[in-house]
Amino acid sequence: MTLHAALRVDRGTFRLDLTLTVEPGEVVALLGPNGAGKTTALRAVAGLLPVDAGQVRLDEEVWDEPPTVFVPPERRGVGVVFQDYLLFAHLSVLENVAFGPRARGMDRAGARERARSWLERVGLADRAAARPRALSGGQAQRVALARALVTEPAVLLLDEPLAALDASTRLHVRSSLGHHLAEYGGRTLLVTHDPLDAMVLADRIVIVEHGQVVQQGAPAEVARRPRTDYVATLVGLNLYRGLASGTTVRLADGGRFTVAEPAAGPVHVAFPPSAVGLHPEPVAGSPRNSWPVTVADVEQHAHTVRVRLAGNPPVLADVTPAVVAELRLSPGRPLWAAVKATEVITYPA
Amino acid sequence: MRRPTRGRVPLLVALPSLVGLAFLLVPLVGLLARAPWSTLGTRLVGPEVGQALLLSLTCASLATVLCLVLGVPLAWLLARTELPGRGVLRALVTVPLVLPPVVGGVALLLVLGRRGLVGQYLHDWFGVSLPFTTAGVVVAEAFVAMPFLVIAVEGALRAADPRFEEAAATLGATRWVAFRRVTLPSIMPGLVAGTVLCWARALGEFGATITFAGNFPGRTTTMPLAVYLALETDPGAAIALSIVLLVVSVAVLVSLRDRWIGGAP
Amino acid sequence: MRSTLPAAVPLLLAAALSACGSPEPAAGGEVVVFAAASLTETFTELGTRFEDANPGTTVTVSFGGSSGLATQIVEGAPVDVFASASPATMDQVVEADAVSGKPAVFARNALEIAVPAGNPGRVTGLADFGDEDRTIALCAEQVPCGAAARQALASAGVAAKPDTLEQDVRAVLTKVELGEVDAALVYHTDVLAAGDEVEGIALPESAAAVNDYLVATLAEAPNPDRAAAFVAFVRSEQGRSVLADAGFQAP
Repeated sequence: MTLHAALRVDRGTFRLDLTLTVEPGEVVALLGPNGAGKTTALRAVAGLLPVDAGQVRLDEEVWDEPPTVFVPPERRGVGVVFQDYLLFAHLSVLENVAFGPRARGMDRAGARERARSWLERVGLADRAAARPRALSGGQAQRVALARALVTEPAVLLLDEPLAALDASTRLHVRSSLGHHLAEYGGRTLLVTHDPLDAMVLADRIVIVEHGQVVQQGAPAEVARRPRTDYVATLVGLNLYRGLASGTTVRLADGGRFTVAEPAAGPVHVAFPPSAVGLHPEPVAGSPRNSWPVTVADVEQHAHTVRVRLAGNPPVLADVTPAVVAELRLSPGRPLWAAVKATEVITYPA
Repeated sequence: MRRPTRGRVPLLVALPSLVGLAFLLVPLVGLLARAPWSTLGTRLVGPEVGQALLLSLTCASLATVLCLVLGVPLAWLLARTELPGRGVLRALVTVPLVLPPVVGGVALLLVLGRRGLVGQYLHDWFGVSLPFTTAGVVVAEAFVAMPFLVIAVEGALRAADPRFEEAAATLGATRWVAFRRVTLPSIMPGLVAGTVLCWARALGEFGATITFAGNFPGRTTTMPLAVYLALETDPGAAIALSIVLLVVSVAVLVSLRDRWIGGAP
Repeated sequence: MRSTLPAAVPLLLAAALSACGSPEPAAGGEVVVFAAASLTETFTELGTRFEDANPGTTVTVSFGGSSGLATQIVEGAPVDVFASASPATMDQVVEADAVSGKPAVFARNALEIAVPAGNPGRVTGLADFGDEDRTIALCAEQVPCGAAARQALASAGVAAKPDTLEQDVRAVLTKVELGEVDAALVYHTDVLAAGDEVEGIALPESAAAVNDYLVATLAEAPNPDRAAAFVAFVRSEQGRSVLADAGFQAP
């Protein structure tokens, strides 16, 4: 059963007008800048907002078709992970997760049983009695995920699921979220403004600007052929393919990376240009990747300078104007690029 | 060496607050000082006192229940819907607060009296007449006390994030379940505060009660009415009755506070 | 400047409170009168006439339940004249040594049955006050009209079945005017003052329920001369005619 959503929502001068389909087992990321209408689209699919025109249906089961049909959220088979999770502060972690089954008519004991098994799946069985307030950001995110998935929804909606986390937690939570999404057999719609989240988690990326779809396709495809400036800036990622063995990844086109999370087999390796440091000399010590590069191009952005560097592998680096001056960056200048292993993401290719 | 302590209250706060406290408490001290302590026991043994006290507590509690049943949905309507003219409606809800209670009582008579707009049909069709009955006392008290509840609950609802109700809906909760299991717990402090205020106001209600429900021992003579009438002939007895009302209401409020607001200092 | 502010707040407050609490001393001649609620119309009229007859003098009348007014006087309210609706309330003031001279009866008022216009309860006399099915209002026994009513009913041998015992005669009258009760016992003057909405039924037994109104100048009167003059005016021919027009009987 496929989720079909033809969404049109008018909000004053803003109009959201986009069409989406999500197949079973597929993760689709809605990627776009703030105010593009991504969250509006997610709310329309969830039933928190009726569409003004169009249709939302799961195969033949119509959820929203003005003016005749509107199925309220509680009768749609959706699970939602909200941006700030919206865990119920007055309920324990276990009761939060048991809320869905209870609300859908399961008895208390059965609901708790189900909740407990889901807490185990997200690795938080020992936090069952805690209040949401006492959880770390990453734990709260996993509880929110368990709460959404425990009802076995046909459609899982994630609204900026990693935005509330700090950079170091994010890395870990992102990969565990990836695992759970891979196990989940339903349709996942992920809303994010972070290209890395989209690249790592999604099978297909739909880029939305001003309420319209501007581009869609597989992550690699979108990254390779950006069609708007926004997409180009968005996907200004360092992304490589390689073969992992433990904490070492050999890249297909030459070069190697040391990574923090051990892995095996074909993987993607990614890190943002801001994670790249530039130095006049090789950098020693700590689990750091360091290799010789040559400046190919220097490009001024709003607050940073993007440096394109040739090397093995080639890499993009974002540095401050101060660094440009200090290192006297100009095309042809030889330098050393360095990336911490903890900043490098790997995920199965 | 002087060390600033964390608990130190600035003078700008301390002085007015002490004056304020004295302003509220000194009349109470006056009441206690003038109380006929030696004859207090004999003055309070009459059956009328117990009767009036019981009636007061019963009516105030029933009025509070009525306010909860009608007031919480009203507060929800004011806080959560985009009703046109909601601002005007909110102002109108507070009318019983500014209306002299006696006028409120007359207004109730004009509507619910046996010749009133609605009351005449109640009387003719169902044989129900509210004035001069205990039910009338409950109605009068609820009329005067409900704004306290509505305002407190509406404030709490506006402070509560409605997105939690949305989260509950996506988990399969109907509006009612979401309200009961998510919204209600989150507004509980405001709801308790409003209920306590409402009950206290109902307990002390005089003007609307005596005007709408009249005064008859055992049926409509609540403590405030008994106090007022005692004041006509025997101020000592009036003070004695006031002290009973004070002690009972303070006892109830303090025990409720411990029960519901628990850890609050 | 900052440090003096908090100290100034209570002072200002105290000043404001005292300003509200005590009016300024009468300039020239102000007479402050406390009068029973049932005298509202007549004493307003008498005050105006007294002012006309005595240029430069103002009369300020405060109306209320006799007992409440008596309590205020005993507690030290700055009043020149007290006009009460019953000997009992005047006695409270006398016992507190707050009266100068001897209170004088200046008018009498008789009880009367008041019924809503058209007499929907078909009340004919005091006997109907014992009927459980009729809605009856009386004054509470603690106030003068209630004491008088009890006396009238007792002398008629009626065991009344009232539905409400109101705090004053005006409250009783309101219930009659709104048609909430079938009958009530109020003063003859109240029936007249209520106009068309209330009908009166005279009591043959009313002789037993006549109420004396007393007036006295007060010991602590800020303006004793004018106070005495006002009391004399109330008891003059002119004063009696105003009272008679309103339905009061001569003493």
